[in-house]
Amino acid sequence: MVKKRLIPCLDVAGGRVVKGVRFESLRDVGDPVELAQRYSELGADEIVFLDIVATVEGHGPTLELVERAAEALTVPLTVGGGIGGLADARSLLRAGADKVAVNRAAVDDPELLGQLAAEFGAQAVVCAIDSRRGEVVTHGGRRPRGIDSTAWAREATACGAGELLVTSIDTDGTRGGYDLELTSRIAAAVEVPVIASGGAGEARHLAEAFEAGAEAALVASIVHERPERLRELKAELREVGWNVRI
Amino acid sequence: MNRVEVVLCDYGAGNLRSVSAAFARAGATTVVSTDPVEVLEAPLAVIAGVGHVESAARGLEPVATAIRERVARDRPTLGICVGMQLLFDESEEGGRGLGLLRGPVRRLRASRVPHMGWNALALRRDTALLEGLDAADVYFAHSYAVEPAKGLAIAEVEHDGPIVAAVEQNALAGVQFHPERSGAAGARVLENVLRWSRNA
Repeated sequence: MVKKRLIPCLDVAGGRVVKGVRFESLRDVGDPVELAQRYSELGADEIVFLDIVATVEGHGPTLELVERAAEALTVPLTVGGGIGGLADARSLLRAGADKVAVNRAAVDDPELLGQLAAEFGAQAVVCAIDSRRGEVVTHGGRRPRGIDSTAWAREATACGAGELLVTSIDTDGTRGGYDLELTSRIAAAVEVPVIASGGAGEARHLAEAFEAGAEAALVASIVHERPERLRELKAELREVGWNVRI
Repeated sequence: MNRVEVVLCDYGAGNLRSVSAAFARAGATTVVSTDPVEVLEAPLAVIAGVGHVESAARGLEPVATAIRERVARDRPTLGICVGMQLLFDESEEGGRGLGLLRGPVRRLRASRVPHMGWNALALRRDTALLEGLDAADVYFAHSYAVEPAKGLAIAEVEHDGPIVAAVEQNALAGVQFHPERSGAAGARVLENVLRWSRNA
């Protein structure tokens, strides 16, 4: 069977990796490519770059960074943040991203997901859903959209998304565990893989997310502090019977 | 040992940068090309794949004859992911492949589609291409899979039933997974491929 994935997420701003709590108070934690390679060596199953400033400031993520990462990495790279439409997504995929994660642009125009899937295949199209108390939010959590997160998950996959990156703004950065209710509701509603995101603090939390139906778990602050933690997390999950790649 | 020159067929939507870098790490020089003569003459031609099979087939048209010709002459040719699906006949995703290998391309029937992530190879016969890779985890990202004629499959993976992970017929081979994104195991696959292409 396909293995459960651990995916370090590097929040990128201005070409650097940053981490904030609930999308606020950002602090610098390093060079994206260096960190991604380090995580890859430690067993990361994929890497995600999310340009968390791009949506707010209205410009796309740095293609140069993606090109550099695509050449250096030997695991898949997903890039998101600030993807305004087809042209942005196309440039990122051509630059070497294996998948693009589209957030606000898909909420604004769900057909974008279908256009991307028709050109690049659904496997390259991730719909990133930020959710607060079950409602879709965009613009780094600042803008509620009045759409139910599960309904949007269903629509996004019907439109062409091949994977969902579901971030709970309520649990993000807290290290108190993933939003299991949100994860299980969405995982049950769709056929595509769901990546749980927001709130990982220990191995038990990842196991809970897998139990809730997630195929993969995003990890950020828990590994940014001490990257070796990634390897330990996988060993701990393996020990209790989870099918993860060592 | 001579460096093998690898031609990556450019059909517009591919992941050529990562494939090219991975072949370079494995010790090959690579060129990206849409030139039929270059594609025909290269020691190894690779149809790399990310993309929708229909748009990929359209993009590949300029070099389709060259690929057919080199396969007819038993020159080493490798398809990766969608590039492997393009070696086959009709796809349920739409469009026709090159028809160089027999069998349809069908949508996966599994609890989770796309089949996304790392899965362990189970070798179906001894082959230089996948030497040392039985039970190795490699990375998949696809919603469609080939159902090849008997004898073509050299490896499978399990995802709510068996999925063909690699095929081989003479100097023509295909892998459904992404060696360029499969860590050390993927690097090993590409090293095997280069060795295989030298001996073909």
